[in-house]
Amino acid sequence: MSEKLTLRLSRVGTILLVIFTYSIIYLPIVIIAFLSFNASSRDQIWTGFSFVWYREILNNPRLLEAIQNTLLIAVLATLISTVLGTLFAIGIHGLSRKQRLKIMVLNNIPVVNPDIVTGISLLLVFSLLPLSFGFQTMLLAHIFFCIPFVVLSVLPKLKTLDPNLYDAAIDLGASRFKALWLVIIPSIKVGILAGSLIAFTMSIDDFVISYFTFGDGFQNVSIWIYSRLGRRTFSPSVYAYNTLVVFVTIVVLSLFNLFGKKQKSIKGEKI
Amino acid sequence: MKKLIDIQNLVKQFDDQVVLNNINLYINENEFITLLGPSGCGKTTLLRLIGGFETLDEGKILFEDKNIADIPAHKRPINTVFQKYALFPHLNVYQNIAFGLKMKKMPKETIEQEVLKALEMVKLKGYESRNIKTLSGGQQQRVAIARALVNKPKVLLLDEPLAALDLKLRQDMQYELKEMQRALGITFIFVTHDQEEALTMSDTVVVMNEGHILQIGTPIDIYNEPKNRFVASFIGESNILPATMIKDYKVNILNTEYTCVDHGFGEQTPVEVVIRPEDIELKPAQGGIEGLVTDVIFKGVHYEIIVMVGTIEFIIHSTLSQTVGTQVSITFEPEAIHVMRR
Ligand SMILES: Nc1ncnc2c1ncn2[C@@H]1O[C@H](COP(=O)(O)OP(=O)(O)OP(=O)(O)O)[C@@H](O)[C@H]1O
Ligand SMILES: [Mg+2]
Repeated sequence: MSEKLTLRLSRVGTILLVIFTYSIIYLPIVIIAFLSFNASSRDQIWTGFSFVWYREILNNPRLLEAIQNTLLIAVLATLISTVLGTLFAIGIHGLSRKQRLKIMVLNNIPVVNPDIVTGISLLLVFSLLPLSFGFQTMLLAHIFFCIPFVVLSVLPKLKTLDPNLYDAAIDLGASRFKALWLVIIPSIKVGILAGSLIAFTMSIDDFVISYFTFGDGFQNVSIWIYSRLGRRTFSPSVYAYNTLVVFVTIVVLSLFNLFGKKQKSIKGEKI
Repeated sequence: MKKLIDIQNLVKQFDDQVVLNNINLYINENEFITLLGPSGCGKTTLLRLIGGFETLDEGKILFEDKNIADIPAHKRPINTVFQKYALFPHLNVYQNIAFGLKMKKMPKETIEQEVLKALEMVKLKGYESRNIKTLSGGQQQRVAIARALVNKPKVLLLDEPLAALDLKLRQDMQYELKEMQRALGITFIFVTHDQEEALTMSDTVVVMNEGHILQIGTPIDIYNEPKNRFVASFIGESNILPATMIKDYKVNILNTEYTCVDHGFGEQTPVEVVIRPEDIELKPAQGGIEGLVTDVIFKGVHYEIIVMVGTIEFIIHSTLSQTVGTQVSITFEPEAIHVMRR
C-alpha cells in the first residue's frame, strides 16, 4: 500500500518537475508574445489587446531594414556554407583515418571556441584585409562559423554509406562529377538538410560575432536591439518580430514532424 | 580460346607495403575464373586494379592486347558486383538497374526493355518500384547482379558476392550465377575465400596468398595436385606428412616404403606428401603405418576419424565408423600419394 503510494507520489513529482522545467523554458517566450499584443508601449502596463506593434514593424524603417539584413545574411550564409561544408565533408571523408582525425580537430575548434574569441579573431583578420566592414564582413563571418556545423552533420551520414557507392557509380559509366551529383549527394541529403537548418538558426540568432564584424550602418536585428536597449527609440515591435519568429519556427517544426511521420508510414506500408 | 585480359608482372603497393607482388595471369574469353585466398591476400585489390579503381605501381594489364592503364574506370567494358552490393539507397530497384544505361544516354524505351529483361533474368519481375532497403539480402544481391549485367559488359567482376547469404541461398546462387555466365557468354572474375565455392563454380582457380599467386589451374588440378603445402591445406582438409623420396616412384613415409606415381624429385630427397582424408582406408592393425583411433565425429555423409600415429594426427573420412581406442593400420593406394617439394 505504502509502496504504491510512494510510486504514485514519485510519478506526480516527475510530472511536476517536467511542468516546472518547461514553464521556466517557455515563460520568457510567452511573456514576450504577451507583450507583443500589448497596446501600451510601456512593458509593465497592460492596456489592451492590439496588433499595433506588428504594424509598427512595417512603419519602422530601421527595424525593417535590420530584419531584412538578418534574413539576407542568414539565407546567403546558409546556402554558401551548406555547399562548402558538404564538399569539405566529402573531401574529409575520403582522407585516411589519421588525416581525418587531424582535420576534424581543426574543424571542431571554431565550434567549441567561445564566440567572443571567434569574433575578435575575425575582426583582426578582416581589418588586415582590404575589406570594408559591413555586409561583406558579416556575411564572411557567418559563413565561417556555419561551415563546421554543416561538416559535423554531413560527415556521420557519409560514414553510414556503403564505401563502394562512389566506385559503383563510376563503374556504371558515371563521370566523377555525376557520381557525386547523382549518387553521393542524394544519399546524404538528410544530413545536408539538417546541416543547413543548423546553419540557418546559428546565423539568424548570432549577436556576438556579428557585433565584431558589422559596420557601415549595416545592422542585423540583434545589433539593432542591443543598440536601442533602454532607449526611447526601442520599440515593442521587437517583441512582435520575436513572436513571429517563434511562430514560424513552431509551424516549420510541426510540418517537419508531420511530413517525416507521413513518409515513414508510407514506407511502412510498402514493406 | 582467346586471351581477353593479360596481367603482366603487376606490382601494387600501399604506403610501402607490397600488396600484390609480381602477378602474372591471363584470363580467357568466356572463362569463369576465381581468385581464391585468405583474407588480406590482395584479392579485392587485384579486382579493383582490373576495374580501374586503383592504379598499379609496376607491370601492365592488357585488355584485348591493349594496355588499359589510361582508360578510366567509367570507360572500361567491365562491370562490378561489389562486396556489399553498393546499391544506390535513394533509388528504387528499377532506377538502380537503369543507372548504367542512363549514363550511356540510351533512349527511354530501350532502357525500359533492357531493365525488364534483366529483372526477369534475376527473377525479380514485379519488384521495379520497390525501395531497395525493403529487399532481403538475396534480393539485393540479385539487383546488384542485374545492375551490372544490364550493361552487357565483356567482363563481370564479382567480389565475394555470396558471402553475406545463408548456406542454402548461397548454393542456389552459385548454380544460378554459373548458369547466367554460360548463357550470356561473359567472362566472370569471381573472388572468394571459400574453397568449396571456388572448386564448384570455376573453370580456373587462382590460389593467392600474401600478394602472390601460388597456383593456377582447373579445380581438379588444384585439388589433386596442389603445388605446395599452403595450397594443399587451403583447398580442403588434408594430411600433409614429411617424407623422403628414395628414387623415382618410391617414397618413404613414416619409415614405411611406398610405391607412388611421382618422379623427377631425385634420390633421397626430403619432400612432403599430401594424402586426402577420403583416400585413406583404415584396416585392422596389420603393420605399415599403425595408430590409435582417438576420435570419431559423425558429419552427415561420412565419419571424420582421427588416428594418432605417434605425435602425428591423421584425418580420415569414411562411411564406416570405428571404435575409439582400437589400433588400426592406415592404408592408401599409390595414386593417393601426392608428392610436393619441401
Ligand atoms: N586503400 C588501401 N590503403 C592501404 N592499404 C590497403 C588499401 N586497400 C587494401 N589495403 C591492404 O592491402 C592488403 C590486401 O587487401 P585486399 O582488400 O585486397 O584483401 P582481400 O584479399 O580482398 O581480403 P578480404 O578477403 O578480407 O576481402 C591488406 O593488407 C589491406 O590492408
Ligand atoms: Mg576483399
